[in-house]
Amino acid sequence: MALRAGFRDPVHAAQAVFRAAMDALSRPACIQALAPALTPPEPLTAELAGLALALCDADTPIWLDAPLAAVPEVAAYLRFHTGAPLVAAAGEAAFALIADPAACPDFVAFAQGTPDYPDGSATLILAVDHLTDRRGLAFSGPGIRDLAYLEAAPLPADWSARLAANHALFPRGLDILLVAPGRIAGLPRSARLREAAEA
Amino acid sequence: MYVAAKGGEAAIDNAHRLLAEMRRGDPAVPDLSVAQIREQMRLLVDRVMTEGSLHDPDLAALALKQARGDVVEAVFLVRAYRTTLPRFGASEPVETGAMTVSRRVSATFKDLPGGQVLGPTFDYTHRLIDFALAAGELPEPAAETEPGPDAGHCPRVTDILGEAGLLEPSPPEAGAPVGDLTREPVDYPADRAVRLQALARGDEGFVLALGYSTQRGYGRTHPFVGEIRYGEVELEMVPEELGFPVPLGRVPMTECQMLNQFRGSGAAPPQFTRGYGLVFGQCERKAMAMALVDRALRAAELGEAVSAPAQDQEFVLAHCDSLQATGFVEHLKLPHYVDFQAELELVRRLRAAHEAAISSAGEPVREAAE
Amino acid sequence: MSAAAPLPEPGYNFAYLDEGTKRMIRRAILKAIAIPGYQVPFASREMPMPYGWGTGGVQVTAAVLGRSDVLKVIDQGADDTTNAVSIRRFFGRTAGVATTTHTSEATLIQTRHRIPETPLSEGQILVYQVPIPEPLRFLEPRETETRQLHALAEYGLMHVKLYEDIARHGHIATTYAYPVEVAGRYVMDPSPTPKFDNPKMDGCPALQLFGAGREKRIYAVPPHTRVRSLDFEDHPFRIQSFDRPCALCGAEAVYLDEVVLDDRGGRMFVCSDTDHCEGRRAEGHTGEMAE
Repeated sequence: MALRAGFRDPVHAAQAVFRAAMDALSRPACIQALAPALTPPEPLTAELAGLALALCDADTPIWLDAPLAAVPEVAAYLRFHTGAPLVAAAGEAAFALIADPAACPDFVAFAQGTPDYPDGSATLILAVDHLTDRRGLAFSGPGIRDLAYLEAAPLPADWSARLAANHALFPRGLDILLVAPGRIAGLPRSARLREAAEA
Repeated sequence: MYVAAKGGEAAIDNAHRLLAEMRRGDPAVPDLSVAQIREQMRLLVDRVMTEGSLHDPDLAALALKQARGDVVEAVFLVRAYRTTLPRFGASEPVETGAMTVSRRVSATFKDLPGGQVLGPTFDYTHRLIDFALAAGELPEPAAETEPGPDAGHCPRVTDILGEAGLLEPSPPEAGAPVGDLTREPVDYPADRAVRLQALARGDEGFVLALGYSTQRGYGRTHPFVGEIRYGEVELEMVPEELGFPVPLGRVPMTECQMLNQFRGSGAAPPQFTRGYGLVFGQCERKAMAMALVDRALRAAELGEAVSAPAQDQEFVLAHCDSLQATGFVEHLKLPHYVDFQAELELVRRLRAAHEAAISSAGEPVREAAE
Repeated sequence: MSAAAPLPEPGYNFAYLDEGTKRMIRRAILKAIAIPGYQVPFASREMPMPYGWGTGGVQVTAAVLGRSDVLKVIDQGADDTTNAVSIRRFFGRTAGVATTTHTSEATLIQTRHRIPETPLSEGQILVYQVPIPEPLRFLEPRETETRQLHALAEYGLMHVKLYEDIARHGHIATTYAYPVEVAGRYVMDPSPTPKFDNPKMDGCPALQLFGAGREKRIYAVPPHTRVRSLDFEDHPFRIQSFDRPCALCGAEAVYLDEVVLDDRGGRMFVCSDTDHCEGRRAEGHTGEMAE
């Protein structure tokens, strides 16, 4: 089977994806456009693949969730285009790609960083079906002027509790990118979950 | 009408044209070729390659020409070029025991297998200016020697001593990837491989002065030159797809093994410990100084008190790089007038307060204002 | 003044750095944004300009820059200082991006020692060149120690130092690189900007990125983030004030350069931010020494 293509214009495509991720993390819970022109093997989405190709290489072990790990073409695609080692242990990953967000493993499975090096924590990238910043959970913190709202689905039932616990670890903690077709939003560890509210 | 001084592109271009003209010097004097620098300024080329961490005599010679002979500037040119080169992999450790030696001296044994080979050295030359050189006279040809019966077999002094357990063993080759401070930021405490890399790249003058300081009691290490050898070594690499080593070529290097008396600690028996130096070409002074500082930096590992500058790895590693040092020292000539203005305003204010305090009829100056 | 994008220099990758290096720097930037004020170690490359001359800022800019960006570079607030010209030209040559001197037109501004007077807006990025990123460095030179202090949020040393100033001088005698606390956690060096500029960092709508090449650190302040200059209840933080307006454009409450006019004590004070000054003069504002 022929390998699916990577970025047609790697330099500028990677820059565009990075800028979307940077905007997403510097403005938590605020949706940015992200539309990489990729057709990776399913269930890897274009957004998941775009972020992996833009940010990962031999220095960044990637962990794949069960649906992604079950498809050899996904691993072959990522290995070829990024050169990143794919790891079975979630705790060794710099990036985790998650196609089935409702089954996202508990956050403690991933590297949380240390007090000396909080930057050693993992970045989780979850492909959700539904993503809007018009309503949903309310967040405050750096990058947010007053309050920001984000609703995504599907997600684990205890999602709010996980986010609250993650923020409580600050400056340690995971950084989360949520992607849906054409869109990306970030929930860095600095984002503080307020009581759920409707905007 | 006041017009601010403008440092426009034209000014920069003109300055660089002037630099090029000064570099060339008197056009009546023949232009210096890269080959001439490479062949006749060999030790300078070696130093630029060592501190530039790139073995390429022609490139180093060209850098020296471009830099008008300024070593740090030439190292800078080589380093900036080196960063842009693709990396195909890491070589196997060089087998210096199999070196084709041009020079090999030991200060710890009168004679030893392979013999003492004086080779090309300034040692025992009388430092008298040779006016015949100015006249361009060719040197007498060097004497040819018959290869001895054990030529080509020059076991390292450290291997000879090591067999009796008198010398600490060579660190085990763990097979773990060796750190590279040009690819990842130094994390303190840095391991020995990274420290050696920093020292090899480090400024010769700085490393020399630090090594010297250990001899004068600032972190004394009781050193003996076990061996200095200079010659060519084979460089090999194992390509992924082949799985066995293939030769890449031969590189001239200088290795220095210092042996240091060590009275032992709780864990280690009394024995000699090692300081190590390895450089491109014939940078012998640098290799020796590097070995002294390497041993001094092992103080903590060997249970010795860390009190002298040469034993302090943060101090040594953070300051040994000539490019970092020169960049930051020379950046002081960039405009700082915004900060200077802030300080000017403060000093004026402090002086006004000082004068007011003095003029207030001999009253003592207040310790705190409020 | 704006310049259209010339074609980038052949033989170089877009914005000089290779893609692997950009990825490494980009990852560091993302972590820096997620941990505001924390200094992320990164494998700073040897650049074709000296350490201490903006290699950190240049690497951050090169990693962030895209084809549609409009770049402004200032040094001491001015677009026409030699190092600013040199860095702007570097990106003109290697990235071929459009450049400008107008703060409001720029999407990315690289700076040394100043924050522009024109308020920054949503979507802009300010990249600072940083010589010594560690705010505690001159109190504790050891990286191993300062790392611990940051991990424990133990900033007593800094407060003691500032208070010693007060005891000796009656006020805090730090005029530039005045330490700030970011988002209630990390104490951060704002780079050697005059403390006059510190309030501009607080709640700034632009993303602020800091690059220290020689010291191999990247840190960030996301937009709308609380940046508090360290002070004491009885000695609140205060910025410099000038007792006269700009001699050219008449602006007040801006940072001024003192220009020596002769060797008989003649002085004039003019805006350090050249774009701001020119903009005001174009609008018809004049100062006492305008022609």
